[in-house]
Parts: sequence; C-alpha cells; structure tokens
Amino acid sequence: MAEETITNKPARVFELYKTMSLIRAFEEAAEVAYDAGFVNGSIHQYIGEEAIGTGVCSNLRDTDYILSNHRGHGHAIAKGANPEAMMKELFGRVGGTSGAKGGSMHIADFSVGMLGANGILADGTTMGVGAAQALVLRGVDAIVTVFVGDGTTNRGPFYEALNWSMIYELPVLFVCENNTYASSTVTRSVTAGAGPVARAEAFGMPAFDIDGNDVLAVDELAADLISRVRGGGGPHFLHARTYRIKGHISRDKMLYRPEGETEERWKGEPIGRCAAWLLDNGIGQDELDEATSSAEKQIADAVEAAHAAPFPDAKLAFADVQDIGAPQ
Amino acid sequence: MSEMNQGDAVRIGLAEEMRRDPLVWALGEDLSTAHGGTSGSQYYQLIDEFGPKRIVNTPISENTIMGAAVGAAVAGTRPVADLRMADFAMCAVDELVNQAAKIRYMFGGQARVPLVVRQMIGARKGGAAQHSQSTEAWYVHTPGLVVIAPATPGDAKGLLKAAIRCDDPVVFMEHKELMAATGEVTDDPEAVMPIGKARIVNEGSDLTIVTWSKMALIAAEAAELLAADGINAEVIDLRSLWPWDKDAVYTSVAKTGRLLVAQEAVQVGGFGAEVAADVAENMSDALKTHVRRIGAPRIPVPYAEPMEAEYRITAEHIVAKAKEVAGA
Ligand SMILES: Cc1ncc(C[n+]2csc(CCOP(=O)(O)OP(=O)(O)O)c2C)c(N)n1
Ligand SMILES: [Mg+2]
Repeated sequence: MAEETITNKPARVFELYKTMSLIRAFEEAAEVAYDAGFVNGSIHQYIGEEAIGTGVCSNLRDTDYILSNHRGHGHAIAKGANPEAMMKELFGRVGGTSGAKGGSMHIADFSVGMLGANGILADGTTMGVGAAQALVLRGVDAIVTVFVGDGTTNRGPFYEALNWSMIYELPVLFVCENNTYASSTVTRSVTAGAGPVARAEAFGMPAFDIDGNDVLAVDELAADLISRVRGGGGPHFLHARTYRIKGHISRDKMLYRPEGETEERWKGEPIGRCAAWLLDNGIGQDELDEATSSAEKQIADAVEAAHAAPFPDAKLAFADVQDIGAPQ
Repeated sequence: MSEMNQGDAVRIGLAEEMRRDPLVWALGEDLSTAHGGTSGSQYYQLIDEFGPKRIVNTPISENTIMGAAVGAAVAGTRPVADLRMADFAMCAVDELVNQAAKIRYMFGGQARVPLVVRQMIGARKGGAAQHSQSTEAWYVHTPGLVVIAPATPGDAKGLLKAAIRCDDPVVFMEHKELMAATGEVTDDPEAVMPIGKARIVNEGSDLTIVTWSKMALIAAEAAELLAADGINAEVIDLRSLWPWDKDAVYTSVAKTGRLLVAQEAVQVGGFGAEVAADVAENMSDALKTHVRRIGAPRIPVPYAEPMEAEYRITAEHIVAKAKEVAGA
C-alpha cells in the first residue's frame, strides 16, 4: 500500500485490516501445512502481532528497505512480498522467494526492499545501519526500517547499531516488537532497567512507546516517525507492545506459559480490535467478512500453488555460492 | 546400564557433576524455562534441584555468556556455557578463541580456564544456512582448546562429565539429529570417559573408516552394506577431535592399509583433512592405496529437501567411496 493514496480514514484502516487478515491467513495456513509435513523447517508465527508490521510498512515505499528477523512472515507480506512465493518458499518449491534455498527464516524480496528475514538475532540491526549508510552514499531518498524483538535488545550489536545510527545521523527507524517472550523466557526477567525506550533514549534517540495491537495507533505514529526520518531527522525508535499468541515456533507446546494467559491476551488481538473500529466507522460486517474470506482465498490459492509447484532441481544446491571458486 | 536418549543422558551427566562439585554451574538462554519445548531436554527441571545461581537463565547475550564463562572459569568456578547452536556460538568466537584458548599460555601459566562450551552442530531437517553448520574444524585449529563430538548417549554423558572435570577449555559439540537417539548409558555417577580415546564401532580388516559425531552412525550403516558385498570395514568413531586417538587410527591402518575419512562438515579445510594428511605422512609404509576423504560440498546448507539431500553424506556415498578405497 502506498502511503499517499488513501486519505479517507476508514478506507485506509480497512486496507490495514486487509493486510493484517492476509498475514493471519498466511500464518494459520503455514501451521496447517507444517503439521501436515509439507514445511521442511521450523516456522515462527506472527499471529497477534500483525498490527505492527502492517502499520509500519503501510507508511513505507517500495524503495525503502526493511530488515526483518526470524519472525518475518508478516514483515514480508506487509512490505509487499508475494504470499504465494513465500508459501512456495516454506514448501521448498520452485518459485519460492529465495529459490527454496532459505525457507521460512530466510524469506527475502529485494524487489520490494525486503532485505531479508534472519536466523541470527540482532544482525539485522547492524546491517540496517549499513543499508542506511548506503542510501546516503548513493544519494537515494529512502529510509531503512529494522524490526527487532524484545529479547534481542539484550544483544550487544543492537547497541552498537543504535549508537552508530545516531553519530552518522542515518535514516533509520528501529521498530522493537515487544511480544513479552523470548523463546520460553519472559524477556522482563532477563532485562534490566526501564526497557527498550529508555535504552534508546540513552543514545539520544527519540523513542516512543505504543500499544502494538492498535493498528490505527501504530499507523499514525509510524507515519509521523517515518516522515521525520525521511525529512532528515535522524534515527527514531518505535517500541510496540504486543503478545506472542503462538509458541516460539509452531510446535512449541508452551508448557512454560501460565494457564489462561494466552486466552486472556487473545482478547486484545489486533484484527478483532480493528474490526470493531471499522464497524463503528461505517464499514459493514459483510464487507469485513468479504475481506477476510478474500484473504483466506488468496492464501488457500497460494497453498494450492505451493502443492502444485515442483521441487527444485537438486543441482541448484550448487548455484549462487560464489563467482570465483564456486563448487563443481 | 539404562536405555535413554542423548538429551536425557547429558542432563543426568551434568546433574551428577553438579552434585559432585558445587562450583560447577551452567549458563545459557532458556536453561531454566525450556520444558522440553524449544531446546530439548538437556536442562529439564535442573533449576528445581540447583536453583538460579547454578542454572543461570541468561539474556540473549552471546558475547557475555561466553565472556562471563571465561571470567568465571579464571576466577575459580567450572562453568558450562551453552550457546545452543554452533551458528549462534559464532557470535562469541572472540571470547572463546582470543580469551579462553589463550589465557593460560599468554599469562605464563598463571591461570587455568576450566570451561565447557556446548554448541550443537549438524544439519537438522530444513534448518538451512544459519542453523545447520558443522564448525568443529574451526576449534580444532585453535591451540588451547579441546574439542569433543560424541555420537552416542553413553559417550555424550561420559565425555560431558570428563569435559567438566577437565582443566582446559573444552568445546563440546552435540549433534541436533542425535538428541532423540537412544542407547545404553551407565548409571554409575563416577564413570567418566577418557578424552582422546576412539571407539571401534565395527571391526574389519579391508579398510578403515575414520569418523565422528552423527557420521559414525551413518558409517556403521555403510559398514553393514559393505559387509553384504564382502568388504569388511573397520569404523572408528574418534569421539574427541582434539586430542584425537592417533594410536587407534594407526593401529587400524596398519591392519587394513586403507583409509577413508568421513565427515558431515564441508570437506574443504575440514578436520578430516587433518586426519588424512597425518596418516599419509606417518603411515605411508602401511598404506596400500592413497587416503580418501568424503564430506559435504563447499556450499551453505540449503533448505529445500532435494537440495538439502545434495549437502548430506549418506551411507550410499560412503559405500561408493569405500569401494574405491578397497579397490573393489
Ligand atoms: C544470536 C542468536 N542467539 C540465539 C538465537 C536463538 N533464538 C532464536 S529466536 C530467539 C528468541 C528471540 O526473542 P525476541 O527477540 O523477543 O523475538 P521473538 O521471537 O519474541 O519475536 C532465540 C533465543 C538466535 N537465532 N540467534
Ligand atoms: Mg519477543
């Protein structure tokens, strides 16, 4: 979605709703496919966190870059990657976003500025500041958004990236998705001080805290911060509170989580909240239903296409390693 | 003896050592919260017996997990630092290679670094490029480090205990695809396996196959297939890569006159090259044919099944190579 196109508020929010529904449908279908044995590796689902990637990326342009992490399906879809190609990637089939070389944790679509999910925590933060430096060097009018999990904010490279972005006044928006958990650990239990916002502020970076399950709020704040970054305002930090509804990976049974917590937090999931707002603002239930089924249909088609797609030629394992000294 | 899987065997081994020596402690991400959900059973419920001072659930801070373990080892305790996967341990190679491996030597023998660094190696279904690497050669190449890569639950338990009692820094590399494999394990808490002793997996007189970690199981499978064709392969599981059991290998090569080294890791620059070169240098009189190696192609680990299969060394690959070595 291009940032300028929609000025009518309900129409804009309805678009956000559609994107979130598409991400939700993708994640649910991915889990079904995983359980049925069609997905070769693990999947980290974004269910319940859709508002963040959606609200942020709806304010980005194709020429802007994002750097994602292991929980990257939603970021990719929101940035405009093709869900069918993504599903094929999960299935390890021809037509996958990364040629079936990477799988769920390595989805990338450079054509829409999605510079990659990542299997190594915090590496996106340092690469993100480098991408911003490249934009400056090349004189390109674009910005970089880096998505980082709450648990990852305890890794050193994240702080090096914050400092670096500030001293070189780089066009970077850091988005911290605080979903309460880092694998099976409650992030708070291993995090000192007042949290990510205070930490970003310690570097002199303007930092903002928001309810990450409120897509309208995320959209508004992201619009503001992104225009500041675009306007030469230097790096900004957006801390979005949310909740990881599913296990760390889809087969995680979450025995560490207090009983009833998921159900309680599910009540605040972003799509239902967005639907409630839309119903109050002139969008009919039939339109919402139609949007949901259209998203589900698109994903069902993607799954069907993934099933139908062939496996890649095994010999492609030897392609794209390097130019000089490539394997025989 | 009891029959159990490797995850349980190493957990019991660690617990026995922690009971024996109050200065043994473990640190790593999710050590006290993982209930078999995301990181297996290696630490399950140890927190209940040993408490949070000895089962330390750390933030996602690889440099400090490794660095703190080095500092704590120098300062009189015996830490077991769990980095989860070899791929994440790369984030802290500096603390391991520049500090742990050097401190005793560089400070003229004033200090010892009795540290165990656990990191899982090996491809596991769909793990792809950043969750599959076998990096044992990196550490064998580093003076000051001991490197262990067991293949069975019994060896894993006995060698983990030996690693904990060892005054040198030990890199202990478990294989992801072996954690669920079962085997006979001693119940004697005083039974410790010597580091640097190989295990003869299969006796034979026609050729020697030297291997370690999961490849030992695959080589044993290959030996069965070879036996059906009248070729008797002697399979040696090194178990320790530094120091490695040259006596066992030399004795076997003196008998068979033929050597094949099989490894899961990328063959180029791998530890197998060291074994092959050493035997070629020192056992040339006994060798009836030149030494051969088999290992992964020099490619990152791809995701999709058919490509992943290109990376993996199978029993059939070993059989074909062994026949070449045996001149059959
Ligand atoms: C450097 C590194 N350390 C550890 C891991 C294993 N790991 C993968 S995701 C994860 C938890 C991340 O938590 P958070 O940053 O909060 O992101 P979330 O999964 O909650 O989205 C861990 C420990 C890794 N992939 N890379
Ligand atoms: Mg988190």
